[in-house]
Amino acid sequence: MLRALCLWVPDWPVLAAVRDGAARAGVPLAVVAANRVVACSSAARAQGVRRGQRRREAQSLCPVLVVLPHDDDRDHRLFSPLVDALESLVAGVQVVRPGLVMLGARGPARYYGGERAAALALRAALAEEGVPDARIGIADGAFTADLAARDALADAPVRIVPPGAAAAFLAPQPVAALDDPELAALLGRLGVRTLGEFAQLPAEAVRDRFGERGAHRHALASALDARGLVPRIPPLDLERVLELEPPLDRVDQVAFAVRRLADEVVETLAEHRLVATAVRIGFRDELGGESERAWLHPRSFRPSEIVDRVRWQLSGATRTAGSAPGAPTGPDLRAAIARVRIVPESLDALAHHEPGLWGSGPDERVHHALARVQSLLGHEAVLTAQRSGGRTLAERRVLVPWGDRAVLPRPLDRPWPGALPQPAPATVYASRHPVVVVDARGETVSVDERLRLSAAPAGFAPSAGGAVRPIASWAGPWPLEERWWDPARARRAHRLQVVDAGGVAWLLVLEGASWWAEAKYD
Amino acid sequence: MPALALSPAASADAVAGAGSGGGARLQTVDTVQALQARIDALQRTTLDSRLTPTHEALADLLPDGGLKEGAAYSVSPSSALVMALLAGPSAAGSWCGVVGMPEFGVEAAEAMGVDLDRLVLVPHPGDQWLTVTASIADALGVVVVKPGRAAGDAAVARLASRLRERGSTLLVVGAWPQTEAMISLTESRWSGLGHGSGCLTSREVTVTVTSRRSPRPVSGRLLMPDPEQGIRRLDPRAVPGAASRTAAERAREAWREVG
Repeated sequence: MLRALCLWVPDWPVLAAVRDGAARAGVPLAVVAANRVVACSSAARAQGVRRGQRRREAQSLCPVLVVLPHDDDRDHRLFSPLVDALESLVAGVQVVRPGLVMLGARGPARYYGGERAAALALRAALAEEGVPDARIGIADGAFTADLAARDALADAPVRIVPPGAAAAFLAPQPVAALDDPELAALLGRLGVRTLGEFAQLPAEAVRDRFGERGAHRHALASALDARGLVPRIPPLDLERVLELEPPLDRVDQVAFAVRRLADEVVETLAEHRLVATAVRIGFRDELGGESERAWLHPRSFRPSEIVDRVRWQLSGATRTAGSAPGAPTGPDLRAAIARVRIVPESLDALAHHEPGLWGSGPDERVHHALARVQSLLGHEAVLTAQRSGGRTLAERRVLVPWGDRAVLPRPLDRPWPGALPQPAPATVYASRHPVVVVDARGETVSVDERLRLSAAPAGFAPSAGGAVRPIASWAGPWPLEERWWDPARARRAHRLQVVDAGGVAWLLVLEGASWWAEAKYD
Repeated sequence: MPALALSPAASADAVAGAGSGGGARLQTVDTVQALQARIDALQRTTLDSRLTPTHEALADLLPDGGLKEGAAYSVSPSSALVMALLAGPSAAGSWCGVVGMPEFGVEAAEAMGVDLDRLVLVPHPGDQWLTVTASIADALGVVVVKPGRAAGDAAVARLASRLRERGSTLLVVGAWPQTEAMISLTESRWSGLGHGSGCLTSREVTVTVTSRRSPRPVSGRLLMPDPEQGIRRLDPRAVPGAASRTAAERAREAWREVG
């Protein structure tokens, strides 16, 4: 029988929340998922809060209880450094869930000269990481070790069940320890209260009555735990960091320095028969400022393409706000770059990205041509378009740089009252073109509170000066009122469709007191 | 000059267009045209150039009955006309590129039949527009470009040879030297709008194609967009006696006429 060592950190979800800064230590605290308490702090437990209670019940027992939603991601994220610390001491760690790990006890026991010594060494390692209260159980089989760890006390944190004594240890435990409420309730009604009593039932009868699952639970209760351990495979270290000493303050210098690093990243991936389809590039400047962003690739990154992304990211930082994408950027950075970090984020098997014997079709050619234009003009210069929901024409399209994933901010399938009727204009101006709309007497047309035009529009002209275009026919004003509840984003405008004497239709917008041309139906 | 080489069918189209007017003088012009076409056919130095699938409402207005691969066309500045020309190739699976048009209406393009998944926009190529156009013409089937500033003759010739080699079609918004044809949109008339009521529904336009090999422009009346957002030929007999027949029929007739 496998000697298993179980290491358990009590109340890990609570501890993780405290370590993450979501709550203060020492206050009554409960982590809640689906309205049930998943874990609570010892202060809360002293007030009667228990696992599995409803939130309202827990709050009535302890009115000052701080309730936090359960965050599985946080639990895993904060637990992984502890696993790394354990793995630096012992091999073959299996993470059952955050807060509970299993490992084979034989190796560590031999190395440290005894099971207790090994357990204390692991406990000391966790204490160094800031988790002093870890409980350890060592027994035959993972199930018994788990129960032994839960049986350990704060002042006697290591509970060792000697070889062969597992059945005797399990016998007085309640059937609820099987962690199967349905079975436990049924056994309770049958008068079976402890694991020992359950184990005494004949195995065939248990299988007949409770099926395969019951038979498995019966084997656990009889200390015949057949499960082996599945050790965690430590993740590959694919991240590469380049320290620049002295720090560099020109984009081309950094891009040149990073070439070796990009080669290394791609080579390391290739050794593991992997390619990266997304990388995260991070910079730290000499003033300590950090910047990071992820880059996607429609196929897979080659070293030169990673260098391009480094250059674009740095150029993006130097570009002054408001200048058009693709505008030339200055080569000098605001602060010199001291450290570059490249992390391959999404990986894929190399075999999926091998070019076919006769090439991989036209799409690859398209990608190479567009990548060439991107390296010439910058990442944001080559765009693909998606339609999106929205009321204004600018909102109804989403432009995404080639290679990036489109995220539609507004779903298309909603009604969007106030959107223009079809057909959509063929020319949508990127910037506002101010115009003056006049009536037959030459006065500016306005719209009153009751959405009435002051007079029928007779012509319009660019504000900057130019010939007045007579209006042949028109419709409107169509009001557009958005987010009136939010003063910062509220918008109130009136739109007018007009056809000029030349047969060209325009969309004119009145916002505030000024008219502008939003689009042209040409 | 290989771009000048004509296929017999192409010239025959033009002949049919011209010949339908009647009158002795026009008959002479037709005969001269047909003979010219025959000489061209005998003298031509290139293989038949292939056609890009073109929207049927526009195809028979164009010389050869469609947009030619490897050719450049000059298009009058109308985004809707550009979209109508892109609709055919895009629906057939070509990638389309639009260079230098930041105001290109994506929603209208999709309604006209341009597949947005295969549409690439380079709105601000700046001074590099010619390089960018040449780069993406290497891989994309149809490229629309609005020239930033005048290009030199040598650069234009280089681009033309690159287009021929790659079989891409170039649509230039504005004037361009050595184009296969000039496509323009005139007499636009919107319907659906009253005086303070209604909304735009459809538009009637005249599309006129002027090519080097036909002395008379070919034109047709189209609904663009029609009330269902599509493109429809309004009057198939806009060019009397020619537009309703297929290109092959016209070609045969032209050859009979010549002898």
